[in-house]
Amino acid sequence: MTLSVRNLKRLLLGPLDLDVGKGDIVALTGASGVGKSLLLRAIADLDPNEAEIHLNEEGRETMSGPEWRKKVMYVPAYSGWWADTVEPHFEGAARKDVIDILHRLNLESSALGWDVANMSTGERQRLSFARALVLFPQILMLDEPTSGLDTDNAAKVEELIVERSQAGVGIIFVSHDKAQAARLGTRHVLLKDGQLTEQHA
Amino acid sequence: MTAVYIELSYFDLMIASTLLLLAGGLSIFLKLGLEKSLGIAALRTVVQLSLIGFVLEILFQTVSPLWTGLAALFMMAMAGREAMARQTLKLRGGWSLSIATSALMLAATVVTTMALTTAIRPDPWYDPRFAIPLLGVVLGNTLNGVAVGMDRISATLKRERQAVEARLALGHKRSEAVRPYVRESIRAGLMHIINAMSAAGLISLPGMMTGQILAGVDPTEAVKYQILIMFLIAGSTSLGALSAVLSVSWRLGDDRDRLRLDRLQEQR
Repeated sequence: MTLSVRNLKRLLLGPLDLDVGKGDIVALTGASGVGKSLLLRAIADLDPNEAEIHLNEEGRETMSGPEWRKKVMYVPAYSGWWADTVEPHFEGAARKDVIDILHRLNLESSALGWDVANMSTGERQRLSFARALVLFPQILMLDEPTSGLDTDNAAKVEELIVERSQAGVGIIFVSHDKAQAARLGTRHVLLKDGQLTEQHA
Repeated sequence: MTAVYIELSYFDLMIASTLLLLAGGLSIFLKLGLEKSLGIAALRTVVQLSLIGFVLEILFQTVSPLWTGLAALFMMAMAGREAMARQTLKLRGGWSLSIATSALMLAATVVTTMALTTAIRPDPWYDPRFAIPLLGVVLGNTLNGVAVGMDRISATLKRERQAVEARLALGHKRSEAVRPYVRESIRAGLMHIINAMSAAGLISLPGMMTGQILAGVDPTEAVKYQILIMFLIAGSTSLGALSAVLSVSWRLGDDRDRLRLDRLQEQR
């Protein structure tokens, strides 16, 4: 799965280029408010933007917004919930995959019956990660995927990220944790003044 | 039964105006500070209604399709403005006004024309003595549904932004993601007329029916008219609220299935 972004322009950003190759885990860093989330939202086509973006040679404009976002999926740091309990948020995924992923994230299958309103930040974060994974996107864009988690649960999330990457999924993740960026990322790009620069160790 | 109509003289109105003096006196006595607003409002009632009575009198005498049409257009434009003024959030670029006005025009025109050509059938069908009051009552009520529905859909999508965008990010279509909020907003727009129909006759005697009875019409006849009007209002409110809510929701999205809250602004 290769993602190629050329000439991306949106308010405050670009024009910038980015390539994510098969098995890449790209750590995206930059100061708060520099537009890391805006960049990921633009790639997912959630906000108006101008760019030539291809996924495996297939242009973004050749498919509808929803089709594109099923393949190139953005998981925000704080995600929304549209039903009262957890289960409806996993609609469309295979039950087996859901249970499997939940277990891998230290969650019992009874979590599907939880009331969203009573969930902790960490539970929300793991469940919103899980509900993206079970849809098997080809590119995963994770906005601070472990910001609300303790070390044990953060390790579980990192493990799944590596596993997906080994299965060929291209990954971009935003992190404010230098150690995590170094540990998990196979590459490191820095966003500053609307421009991306590849960092070399 | 013989219809009895008791004409009011200006002296009769003077007597009624003493009630205003009572209200004003009360305001002064209790230091409510309302006597000035009360006086201005009363004066406006007299001036505005006298003017409209004068205009209607001329309209009714001429029975001209042109003047009736112009009066109808003017009423719909004013209703559109009023619906827009009631929004806390509005769409940039004049879209709130155009959506409100078109929804009101569509609904009120369809329903009023239908009533005039099938149920009431005056000759000619556009006779302003029937067309204008009918349009007025239909518009006034549809305005409510349109304004409430539009206000609700913009406010709800703004509040539920995270939920809607979570679905979009997972590859759901925008139409699916906003459907529950569209439904809720149309419901809110229709609540008013549903409540009015449920309460009719038990809690409130509808104003039009009261007017007809005072004018000497048999209560059973007045009731028939009132039922007709209620149905017209229900039809027009549904049509108006539905089209207004769907249009706002359409305008708050785009062809890439995004949520475009950047097209909203607070109304000052």
